[in-house]
Amino acid sequence: METKTYKAPLSHQLNPGHSACAGCGMIVAARLLTDAIGPNSIMANATGCSEVTTTQYPMTSFKLPWIHSLFENPACLATGIAAALKKQGKEDINVVAVGGDGATFDIGIVHLSGMWERGDNVLYVCYDNEAYQNTGYQTSGSTPLDAFTTTAPAGKNSFGNPTRKKDMIKIALAHHVPYVATASVGYPIDFINKIKKSLTVKGPKYLQVYVPCVPGWGSEPKDTMTIAKLAVQTGYYPIVEYIDGQLTGKMKVNKKEPIENFLKLQKRFKHLFKPGAEGELKKWQELCDNNINEFGLM
Amino acid sequence: MKKILEGSRAIAETVRNIGIDVISAYPITPQTHIVEDLAKLKADGEADYEYIRTESEFAAMSVLIGAAATGARTYTATSSQGLLLMTEVLFNAAGMRLPIVMTDANRAISGPINIWNDQQDAVTMRDAGWIMLYGEDNQETCDLHILAYKIAEKCLIPVVVNLDGFVLTHTVEQVDIAEAKLIKKYLPAFKATEKLDVKNPLTFGAFVTPGQYMEIRQELHDDLRASKKVMAREMLDFKKIFGRKLSLVEYYGAKDADTVVVAMGSVLGTIKEAVDELNKVGKKVGVVKISSLRPFPAEELLKLIGSKKQILVIDKSVSLGEEGILSGEIRRSFYGQSKAKIVGAIMGLGGRDITKEMIKQTIVTAKKTNEQTIFVGK
Repeated sequence: METKTYKAPLSHQLNPGHSACAGCGMIVAARLLTDAIGPNSIMANATGCSEVTTTQYPMTSFKLPWIHSLFENPACLATGIAAALKKQGKEDINVVAVGGDGATFDIGIVHLSGMWERGDNVLYVCYDNEAYQNTGYQTSGSTPLDAFTTTAPAGKNSFGNPTRKKDMIKIALAHHVPYVATASVGYPIDFINKIKKSLTVKGPKYLQVYVPCVPGWGSEPKDTMTIAKLAVQTGYYPIVEYIDGQLTGKMKVNKKEPIENFLKLQKRFKHLFKPGAEGELKKWQELCDNNINEFGLM
Repeated sequence: MKKILEGSRAIAETVRNIGIDVISAYPITPQTHIVEDLAKLKADGEADYEYIRTESEFAAMSVLIGAAATGARTYTATSSQGLLLMTEVLFNAAGMRLPIVMTDANRAISGPINIWNDQQDAVTMRDAGWIMLYGEDNQETCDLHILAYKIAEKCLIPVVVNLDGFVLTHTVEQVDIAEAKLIKKYLPAFKATEKLDVKNPLTFGAFVTPGQYMEIRQELHDDLRASKKVMAREMLDFKKIFGRKLSLVEYYGAKDADTVVVAMGSVLGTIKEAVDELNKVGKKVGVVKISSLRPFPAEELLKLIGSKKQILVIDKSVSLGEEGILSGEIRRSFYGQSKAKIVGAIMGLGGRDITKEMIKQTIVTAKKTNEQTIFVGK
């Protein structure tokens, strides 16, 4: 008989009892992150699903010291925590800030920029689910081309979001951030390894993890990991790692999946499969092919 | 140690002597000299705080939330637009019960843009849950900073110490800078009872539903009211150690006055001189200084001047469309309990000079007018 070993339910740094959706990519990433950084860490969290679902007063899912203040300021909080720890001679403690793509790409970007420029010894992790999902699927700077959102809906005169995703990786690199990487929750070992590796680098670290959102993307809970893998295997979401500005790692695309396989699992792209949207599908395929060429993914 | 120095430098040296762990800084006129002086003290090896340059005032206050929650004693300074930019963080800092202390060099608000002194900036944070103190001169402002840390850390409520921009920040006068050793006698090292600590992991800033939110807000309200007693006690202690008097309200002038002028900040010096001259010619006039806008010394004021015939409140700020902030506070506090005629005079907006003659003339005008609020520009 096959035997399986499970970790005891409350042995994680982020524990059951939270109210995240079934199939939530963010909560999986959050648990992988908190377990990887371990108990000798302090975490600052932006407002958003990752905060609302985990810390409903008077309960908490976290076993590590954790703070939430506002939507746009986890990077600032982390700076303050790191400064206080330095004064207390406790620089061995990991300081980690987290936020969704709205907090990171949009409302908090000036504070991320400030933290990077100061060179603070902080790991910032962005849970990238490509829209303001906590408020009901509105377009953010991370929303990809043509995605249906409630502030950029598809319709007779619209294919959905008219703009392409902001390139935060290049923005981070322009700040000379010593460790910059992407990951996908579909590849947990890669994500965990990057978290651990990043913590050995002194200075700011930026890690952007791709996390499907079941209600926002209109996907099935069972497909979360499949979509998170397809994003990579189509070439849409390149998994890369830069140390001191040099590309030091990339996840190969083994067998290039057509972009339709990724898009068709998500209702936010449903309108791209109607007659007349062929041009949009072509744009998507070009984007993927360009990524594969730019980073040499095949 | 008694020194002749600029107000900003006096504040910087006092803050350094208080013993701060983390300072965050972003420049804005007329606060800039304070954060420059703090940077220089650190650069010269005369201070050992962590000094964080931030990308905005919003960030400056947010950095302090992280630092204070980790058990650090914290400080920042701002003014005007900077204070408005940090508004969201100010409410959050108070709601999280973090004993942050901040200086606000009071300045006018845009638009039209104007960098000179009035008190419009800080009154916008009146309802944020902070304790709000006002200094009359540089000595008192420095002393209020020492008091501020004592109260903030006792009550777990953040404190803003206000002083008039330029009028005080850029004025060179004598200040007795309290030595670090003496301050330590009054203000012990800060030990947070709850903090971000890997040995005792806690969750800060949880999501609170309608089931608990009201109680938490009421607790802050009750504690802010109760801080008035703590402050009165600490002011007495302050005098014992430093030999200088601080008070929530202070009366000056003729004991049998029938007319009393009320104000906050540096304009009190001008008013006191006007009152002296009026008293000399037999006019029954007095003046009351208010040092704390929150908590508001309503009972103390009522006891002190509730029986007077005429009260003239001088405001360097205005709730546009209504009246001055201070006159509104006094009217509300005195309602049904005093027969005094209360007139509010809006003066000194955007750096307009307030002279002795203007004060004297306004006392006369206030007696005659049927208006609740008058603007006095000359």
